Amino acid sequence: MATDLTQQGLGQSWPQPGGYGRIEPGAPPARHALRRGFAPFETADSLERGLGWFSIGLGAAAVAMPRLVCWLSGTRSPTLMRLVGARELTAGAGILTQRDRAPWLWSRVVGDTFDLAALSLALARGGRRRRASVALAAVAGVTALDVLAALRLTGDRAVRSAPAVAGQTDIYLERSVAVGKSPEECYRFWRSFENLPRFMETVESVRQLDERRSHWVARGPLATRLEWTSEITADRPGEELAWRTLEDSGAANAGSVRFEQGPAGRGTIVRVSLHYSPLGGALGAGLVKLLGHDPQASIREDLRRFKQVMETGEIPTTRGQSAGRRSFLGRVTRQWGLTS
Amino acid sequence: MKANVWYGTEQLRVENVPDPKILNPRDAIVRITSTAICGSDLHIYDGYIPGMLPGDIIGHEFMGEVVEVGPEVRNLKAGDRVVNPFPISCGACYFCQQSLYSLCENSNPNAWLAEKLWGHSPAGLFGYSHLLGGYAGGQAQYARVPFADVGPIKVPEDLSDEQVLFLSDVFPTGYMAAEQCGIRPGDTVAVWGCGPVGLFAIKSARLLGAERVIAIDRFPARLRKASQWAQAETLNYEQVDVAEALQVMTGGRGPDACIDAVGMEGHAHGVLGGYDRLKQTLMLESDRPPALRQAITACRNGGTVSIPGVYGGFVDKIPFGAIVNKALTVRSGQTHVQRYLKPLLELIAKGSIDPSFVVTHRLRLEDAPRGYRMFRDKQDSCIKVVLKPWADVPTVDADRVQETGRILH
Repeated sequence: MATDLTQQGLGQSWPQPGGYGRIEPGAPPARHALRRGFAPFETADSLERGLGWFSIGLGAAAVAMPRLVCWLSGTRSPTLMRLVGARELTAGAGILTQRDRAPWLWSRVVGDTFDLAALSLALARGGRRRRASVALAAVAGVTALDVLAALRLTGDRAVRSAPAVAGQTDIYLERSVAVGKSPEECYRFWRSFENLPRFMETVESVRQLDERRSHWVARGPLATRLEWTSEITADRPGEELAWRTLEDSGAANAGSVRFEQGPAGRGTIVRVSLHYSPLGGALGAGLVKLLGHDPQASIREDLRRFKQVMETGEIPTTRGQSAGRRSFLGRVTRQWGLTS
Repeated sequence: MKANVWYGTEQLRVENVPDPKILNPRDAIVRITSTAICGSDLHIYDGYIPGMLPGDIIGHEFMGEVVEVGPEVRNLKAGDRVVNPFPISCGACYFCQQSLYSLCENSNPNAWLAEKLWGHSPAGLFGYSHLLGGYAGGQAQYARVPFADVGPIKVPEDLSDEQVLFLSDVFPTGYMAAEQCGIRPGDTVAVWGCGPVGLFAIKSARLLGAERVIAIDRFPARLRKASQWAQAETLNYEQVDVAEALQVMTGGRGPDACIDAVGMEGHAHGVLGGYDRLKQTLMLESDRPPALRQAITACRNGGTVSIPGVYGGFVDKIPFGAIVNKALTVRSGQTHVQRYLKPLLELIAKGSIDPSFVVTHRLRLEDAPRGYRMFRDKQDSCIKVVLKPWADVPTVDADRVQETGRILH
């Protein structure tokens, strides 16, 4: 009955879902609302990549020529050196191939600590002291670079999901529902904005300001109130309606609803796609989800209610029906709208 | 009003709750004159149905008199005597349009819960967990009936409550189970379970032209009903090896169709029975399917296995290789009751069948918890309990009066 394609890109610009057919994001939203830039650190990037390649080089050497590397670094165990090499190769591959490099850089820091300890031990035991102390100094230097890169990357991530720069996480949702009415009927009902609060659960009111703009009031998480002004960016009767928010409102979103003729008289496929920036970025989106405000679930249920209103003229409910004494759990789940 | 309220496994209390109100334009309120305990209610009683919340009013087989209708209900009026089908169906969606009423897309307000478990949600049902809508049930003095312009059917005054009450569930359920077998002249149908659904399946298989019907159970009273009322041959699985007996009875070919009217709490002896009980207790398996396994194995090549018995979750050791290699057809589903109301009411009115034969006990609504216990434990040869929500004096048990001359209460 419904399909669900959800993509969440951390700090990415518009995800372009490929291969699903017929999916193009609606008109992009106002730039100022959704795209406060976060320039990537070009220098940081080259440092991380450098450390990645360093890992690969050292790892390859340690695995292929453990005795030589032992001799150079003033240590003794070729077996241990092979293991160190394997570890370096893993870390290097992780840094160079994974999108999230931070954990791999931290793994290098942990490895460095181990190496420093091993070299100190070699120094204390005596033997090839000169080479061991040179190796120790080199490792200490690399450790500093590793810590720097790891900290910077982790810092980036924290900044990206911090509320102060909300809007960095753009979330893309798509959901569709089959409705047993013609595309024209579905479009007409949806285009009369006063109908929207009937099936959009969090929306309290929609006021038409002029032909293209409308003012929205909705309930947010934790009894907050969200308001925004929305502008129609495409209006093709019986086919599509697209919008984007105009000002920075904490509910910045852009999306479209399409009314596609279903196969062989099976009504209409109503397809909503939505890009939005949750308050507080990914972290905020997660928190809000825990509080029972999951936009994906919200769209799913709104579409279900749209179908119910269109097909049956009412929204089936059990709220207000007879029941025995509810337990605490029962009251809570009903209060949160988990069940009705 | 008084209602039978579920508070936990084996915890039912009949208590006073608020009267139902019209909540939607297509609702009606029915004053219930008769309501029954269904075998599937026992799964709730035993705590095997997920999504129940303490305080839920249960029961889904009921009939009565319309006392109030919403503004959009035009085919009913106060005073109409109606029987109510257990699935709630909008009548307008893709599935209702195809008469697949128990698959209504619009009537389950908690559809997302069912989607998590099953991928898609079926229709909402009366008094059968929040997974299936969380609607208040009909073991009460009144019930709110959503989409009342689609569900309830008016019944003539000259038929008694007990003749028409089972149109709400067990009669259509047994009938659909038999219909799904695609019975052709000369066919042999084997039915596991001779509770109400099994008995109606047996009788319906006969009505649909089955040459032979073989009834399988372990309770002599139930087997007796099957043979007396529907001329079934009977097998007591505690006394004979069912698989072997079915082979011998069908010339080694197996029954043309097998009906599992047992469902998720099947009993079996021996190693496999113990295995299922253990796994169910450890929550490694939600349902116990011994009857289903046996039905699949016994069925003839190219035959049909029809499953009216309720399963809710996951079962284990289903001989799927038999389904594939014997080219079996497996059919199941909650009953599309609305589809059968009219034709089956006609059969009753014509006298082709008198469904009241399954009733063994009549109790006041207050005695519902006792009724559940009796029915579950087959005490006093209990097969079907009808509850009278408005009776103020203890009612009598007709069968017992006939058999022993004494009034049971």
